[in-house]
Amino acid sequence: MLAVFPELCTGCRDCEIVCSLRHFGVINPERSRIRVLRDVFEGFELPLVCLQCEDAPCMNSCRVDAFFVDIRNAKIIDYEKCIACRRCIIACPFGVNFLDPATKKPLKCDLCDGDPECVKFCSTGALRYITAEEYNREKIKLSSEKYIKAIKREEI
Amino acid sequence: MVLKRKVAFVDLTKEKTVVEEIPVKLRKIHLGGRGLNWYYLYNNIPANADPFGEENVLAVGSGLLSGFPALGAGRAQISAKSPITGGVGDSNMGGAFAPQLKYAGFDHIIIRGKAKRPVYILVKDGEIEIRGAEHLWGMDTHETQKAIREEIEDERAESMVIGRAGENRVVFANVMNGIKNSGGRSGLGAVMGSKNLKAITASGAIDIEVHDPENLLRYALEVDTRARSTKWAKTLGRLGTPLLYDVSYTTGFIGTLNWQYNTPGEEGSPLEAENLEKYGMKMVACIGCSVHCRHRVKIREGKNAGLTTEGPEYAAAGAFGTGVGIYDWEFVIKGNALCNKWGVDIISMGTTVAWAFELYQRGYITEKDTFGLKLEWGDEEAVIELARMIVEREGIGNILAEGFKKAAEHFGEETLYYANQTKNHPNLLTDERGIPSFSLGIATSTRGADHLRSRPGIDLFQLPEDVLESIYGHKIISDFTAYETKGIMVWWHELLYNIVDSLGICKFQTVFNSANSPKFEDYIPLIKYATGIELTKQQLMEIAERNYTIERLFNVMNGFSRKDDYPPERYFSEETKRGLPFMKGRKLDREKYEKMLDEYYRQHGWDENGIPKEETLARLGIEKPKVSFPVIEKTADAKKR
Repeated sequence: MLAVFPELCTGCRDCEIVCSLRHFGVINPERSRIRVLRDVFEGFELPLVCLQCEDAPCMNSCRVDAFFVDIRNAKIIDYEKCIACRRCIIACPFGVNFLDPATKKPLKCDLCDGDPECVKFCSTGALRYITAEEYNREKIKLSSEKYIKAIKREEI
Repeated sequence: MVLKRKVAFVDLTKEKTVVEEIPVKLRKIHLGGRGLNWYYLYNNIPANADPFGEENVLAVGSGLLSGFPALGAGRAQISAKSPITGGVGDSNMGGAFAPQLKYAGFDHIIIRGKAKRPVYILVKDGEIEIRGAEHLWGMDTHETQKAIREEIEDERAESMVIGRAGENRVVFANVMNGIKNSGGRSGLGAVMGSKNLKAITASGAIDIEVHDPENLLRYALEVDTRARSTKWAKTLGRLGTPLLYDVSYTTGFIGTLNWQYNTPGEEGSPLEAENLEKYGMKMVACIGCSVHCRHRVKIREGKNAGLTTEGPEYAAAGAFGTGVGIYDWEFVIKGNALCNKWGVDIISMGTTVAWAFELYQRGYITEKDTFGLKLEWGDEEAVIELARMIVEREGIGNILAEGFKKAAEHFGEETLYYANQTKNHPNLLTDERGIPSFSLGIATSTRGADHLRSRPGIDLFQLPEDVLESIYGHKIISDFTAYETKGIMVWWHELLYNIVDSLGICKFQTVFNSANSPKFEDYIPLIKYATGIELTKQQLMEIAERNYTIERLFNVMNGFSRKDDYPPERYFSEETKRGLPFMKGRKLDREKYEKMLDEYYRQHGWDENGIPKEETLARLGIEKPKVSFPVIEKTADAKKR
């Protein structure tokens, strides 16, 4: 899966830039399949991207069979079949199925044939292409580090 | 050709706009960003222009590669005639503005005239709109950005804005984006203020077209990985620029108590970079940058508990630290946060305040001038209060807000000796007198005393001479206390930094403080894959020479010459008093300095008075200024609101 560790995200938006470059050959974050929610005034960076749900609401909602599953379990949209009804955008519980302003069709992560461009460019490891098990282990590790740091600062 | 990018000419007096495509032939001779800004300004600002007059022109530009995923290429350039120097006013800014300007459909915005009411310029999806800003006037830089986002209901909009300092035309007011990204130097916030221009906001979803996306992705990853793997970039990504403090205060080249000393010595140890770590929350980055050198900090306890902000940088540790004799990160964080909200250049503010404190120490300024404020070294409240008075132009602040030269008319000509400046531009709190190359750099910089125009940071490493020769293409003496060949070194860095600013790349990802960072030849494939323009290293260096000589000509047009290319007099007459043995007891040798300056002019093809020779202008294809601002009367009204 494409795992996100928001605490490591610096907000550089390289992931958005290279996603649009890889898929469309242009630079345009509004046409990226990954988005970083960022507000420097509030002080947060949160990358948002498809989790490739096992029981995927986007795929289930499609009435024209425009979705297929590849060997990496990525749910991929076949744009030849897609009629731009945007039901899958509504169905996604995480809001990570985006609208392409140019084609008006949905944009969701296709895992770049198993070599996600955004992961290659992410310099801090905020984005990683790992298994769900590995993600789980890493997440536990990072949370405990945070907990220990907080205890040292007596914030808890 | 994919370079169908646009420039907008905005006349604020008439509230009218003309949009043109930027000719590719201009790209091939100036690139973009700083280079193209100065092409437009050189041709549009008359020699006698008042920096605060309608005739001054403000250029905002994104670099040729701003928005591309490599080497921190997210930077913007803002330029105009400087109210501090009366010559080149130019500032490079990180953050998120430049890519957003590109997505909005523009690479450059050229602004002249003066609005009759406070306004801001909204650049959105190919359209330019001049909107009223009465409701924003008086807000700090953060409030302004938030208010604009709310007003236009667009949380991705990015603005470059001015704060109170710009509104009040404090000559070193800056422009800001985000919490702390600033077009800091040259007083361009004051120029915006003089035009009644509170902000320029950009937002859009227009594609940036790319010549060869596949190769661009491949090469960008390769060169970016190389840049971020240097020891310099790795340390910078952990500690930020405060890492520079440790070496400068232990060695002895950080201005202390307004350059009366070159280090605070042991007393300064609380400002070591590691001591900033306890305030750190996270490292954050500008758009397109993998180095992430910016701290997000929080003061968790004590009288400033709850203060959350970004920074501070090394320069702030000088301005609100050694310069005024305070050695406390919390105070630096606080001063840094205030200056960012006021929209004032921290470096210039620190250097001006430190000057006032020394004048107080020496009796040139008394309590009568300050309305009872005691400007005593180490007094935190006095520092903050004086800074606030400058921003609000209250009492003595109104005098200091005019810059050194005008203030010295009030305090006495001899007080200029204590002002660390060249071309009237305040230097940052570095003490360069033991390092000839650094001294030449601050003295010859087209925007006045500054470290980001030519400082050869790697000179301090005393690299082997064969390594130096392979970098510079000339024999360069390794010893950093030498004068010979350093003119060539400074020349080379001037060209490199000009290219970097014209491309929109960050100086921390070029040969500045690491010999292993990318340089000219490494940018060639990026330019090719991004735009289709093929250049050789020699052509790239020639573009830089052209761009730099145009800036020099702009200064010459405004009365500058050799006489303006000297570091502060103090560097020639007072020896350093502290530091390691090789830094102690040092000052500049006047005769050797003159020779170094001669060598530097020769390298540029300028005459002994520092004026570019005719043959140099001919070689670089530089013509006399010709007005290129379109005749605006004939065109349709800009949208008003």
